[in-house]
Amino acid sequence: MTRDETVALVADILSGIAPEADLSALPGDADLREALDLDSMDIVNFVAALHERTGRPIPEADTPKLLTLDGVVAYFEADAR
Amino acid sequence: MPSLGADMEAGTLVEWKVAPGDRVRRGDIVAVVETQKGAIEIEIFEAGVVRELAVAPGSRVPVGALLALVGTEGAMQTPAPAAVAPIGPQPAVSLPSASPPPAPQPLAGARPLRTTPAARRRAGALGIALDGLRGTGVDGAICLADLPAGAPPRRGGFDPLGMRKAIAAAMGRSKREIPHYYLSQTVDLAPALERIERLNAGRSPPERLLPAAIMLRAAALAVAETPELNGFWGEDGFRPGDGVHVGWAVALRGGGLVAPAIRHADRMPLDALMTAMRDLVARARGGGLRGSELTDATITVTSLGDRGAESVLPIIHPPQVAILGFGRIVERPWVVGGTVVPRRVATLTLAGDHRASDGHRGGLLLARIDALLQRPETL
Repeated sequence: MTRDETVALVADILSGIAPEADLSALPGDADLREALDLDSMDIVNFVAALHERTGRPIPEADTPKLLTLDGVVAYFEADAR
Repeated sequence: MPSLGADMEAGTLVEWKVAPGDRVRRGDIVAVVETQKGAIEIEIFEAGVVRELAVAPGSRVPVGALLALVGTEGAMQTPAPAAVAPIGPQPAVSLPSASPPPAPQPLAGARPLRTTPAARRRAGALGIALDGLRGTGVDGAICLADLPAGAPPRRGGFDPLGMRKAIAAAMGRSKREIPHYYLSQTVDLAPALERIERLNAGRSPPERLLPAAIMLRAAALAVAETPELNGFWGEDGFRPGDGVHVGWAVALRGGGLVAPAIRHADRMPLDALMTAMRDLVARARGGGLRGSELTDATITVTSLGDRGAESVLPIIHPPQVAILGFGRIVERPWVVGGTVVPRRVATLTLAGDHRASDGHRGGLLLARIDALLQRPETL
């Protein structure tokens, strides 16, 4: 996926978890948990939604790669190659 | 209007789920009421036929006031009505007098329309029917993003000032009336976490377990063996719970928290418990908690999560008599067989009501939870 597609997907998923979140103001390397006050249940739901929306298997060990916007973008860019 | 907690004085009727002439059974959801803890689904505790809805949506109704008239089965030919919710206003220190029936399992069957309180409020302000909208929130809930922009959204899905007042009332009462004692124990979580990691390795993301699930499972099983800490304190002293109904403390976005009950948590296998926790968190934050879930808890468990503090000295939620707290999981030096090794541990705490139990009994509860977590294959 392109960066724009991934960011749009993340924004869409997060609008259901943290409705007041404004991703446009968020630095790409900011920890989503800190910036958006997400707890472990939110992260489980976020990763589950990424999996369901993209169809890509996401091993639990990869969760730490998905905790920043840049991380999610890189994760799904690598997938396309 | 049922009382959904010792601190509740009134609720605003948001929506009727039934109409005059509808047949209702015990446990059916008949209305949605906005409280300081968000929008709550109200169950009925009688079977019969709805005769009259006495209150229009939007009305603020004091606890104990009539909401609707229901003709019960035995009284169908007479005009003797029964109030929708026979839970009257509760005196300051009363037990939840009418313990509601087990709610229908939330996980099976068709899901009701879910709406966050903020979305409901804006929809009301904009005059939009919610039925026609597609929800994109957690579990398909209709959230603010699904509605056209109107007034700026209020942070969180509830009135933060009202929530703060509700917490102040309950916690103030607790601190005034309950002689708390506190216990603490550091628990080696390595075996339990390794079990969770093994189970999760072969699972897709939606089926994965959180460490909190196995901690809650151990806590519920141990509480079942310690009835003195599971129940309610009232005018007549301690009354044991009719099961282990664990109130699971859920922090709400924008501040505040609510601890709805997972009924018979000690009887739920790990996966069922995790499903129940996910469902509860989604509904606590997105709207759709049931009234009985706010009054049924016989003990509360709070877990600070992976960004929380190392330990918590929790405050008992009256009329309960105990609350357990799990701190953040941290890696610390730990002695195993005479050797210091790095180990993932968490601080487990208990606040107990000294009127109902003492520290010896509380210590046994913590020791039992610890012991169960060392043998996670049995959990």
